[in-house]
Amino acid sequence: MNQLQNFTKGFIKENPVFVLLLGMCPTLGVTTSAVNGLGMGLATTFVLVMSNLAVSLIKGFIPDKVRIPAFIVIIATFVTIVELSMQAYTPALFESLGLFIPLIVVNCIVLGRAEAFASKNNVLSSIIDGLGMGLGFAFALTLLGGVREFLGGGAIFGLKIIPGDLMLVFVLAPGAFIVLGYLIAIINRLRKA
Amino acid sequence: MEYFIIIIGSIFVSNIVLTQFLGICPFLGVSGKLSTSIGMGGAVLFVITIATMFTWLMQHYVLNPLGLEFMQTIVFILVIAALVQMVEIILKKISPSLFQALGVFLPLITTNCAVLGVAILTVQKDFNLLEGVVFAMSNAIGFTLAIVLFAGIREHLDIMDIPKQMKGMPIALLTAGILALAFMGFTGLV
Repeated sequence: MNQLQNFTKGFIKENPVFVLLLGMCPTLGVTTSAVNGLGMGLATTFVLVMSNLAVSLIKGFIPDKVRIPAFIVIIATFVTIVELSMQAYTPALFESLGLFIPLIVVNCIVLGRAEAFASKNNVLSSIIDGLGMGLGFAFALTLLGGVREFLGGGAIFGLKIIPGDLMLVFVLAPGAFIVLGYLIAIINRLRKA
Repeated sequence: MEYFIIIIGSIFVSNIVLTQFLGICPFLGVSGKLSTSIGMGGAVLFVITIATMFTWLMQHYVLNPLGLEFMQTIVFILVIAALVQMVEIILKKISPSLFQALGVFLPLITTNCAVLGVAILTVQKDFNLLEGVVFAMSNAIGFTLAIVLFAGIREHLDIMDIPKQMKGMPIALLTAGILALAFMGFTGLV
């Protein structure tokens, strides 16, 4: 597989959210607006790229039996870095994402890519894989956040397009499930066609 | 009274799965059959309660006195991972029948964000140890309630005539959305 395919597979063909159905908790939990979705997506991308890089660098030294705990420690380290940087530089986003930033540690995509890809491939492909998967995740979250923000409040990225409140339920918890359900159905339809 | 509010609040009003979006992976993944979802609920109840107890002690007797609060994420996930391993080994030794029932779910629980989420929330909300344990148990009961309800509905979905593209995950998500709508009825109860 060439590097371009390796990079683009995360967007549609193996999109972590729409196709692999991984990392559902942050996907549903933070996407009340497009900005939140994008912020969460980029934070996860950083962790994915860095942990893929670290795992592919040390894959030869870790005994097979303790590789999962070792991966988790590596991931938790980068999550802590993201957590502290966001608290310092983007306090508003840090507030609205709340609990879901430390929970990047248990996001199955990050551990999944470390185990399935980075522990078997070289450094360059691992970085590209992390970047592609991360941006695919960010794309999915931004799309979901944008749709919910538009249906709920008539705005996208905070820009008001239709005045007044629309269907508030889409910003609340049930809307997350319903919008994601329909988005996956549409993507299924497009992939089959 | 305070405990009563914590219990009702975490089971119904801010249900961990349907309003807080924690533990969605097992909620969607292990809810195909009623019996497995009950097993998963039991395992989560067990692990969340013990994990919250240990992480609370860790936070208040190790991290806070040493000024290492920023290590919270790393320490908590390691405590939980070690604990799940330990529970698995101990359970196998002392209660093989319980291990039979919960065994297959235990490894999955390390990456269940409900466990880490509840542990962090307990610390954030400044609960004392007993309140924390009550909070953890009622959240786990809320998780079990949601997953059992959902599995009951999904068993019926299998025999329904559903459009091809909506089969599987999309229809499950829509069902979960309607379930979440129903749970919104509890808003304002406490």
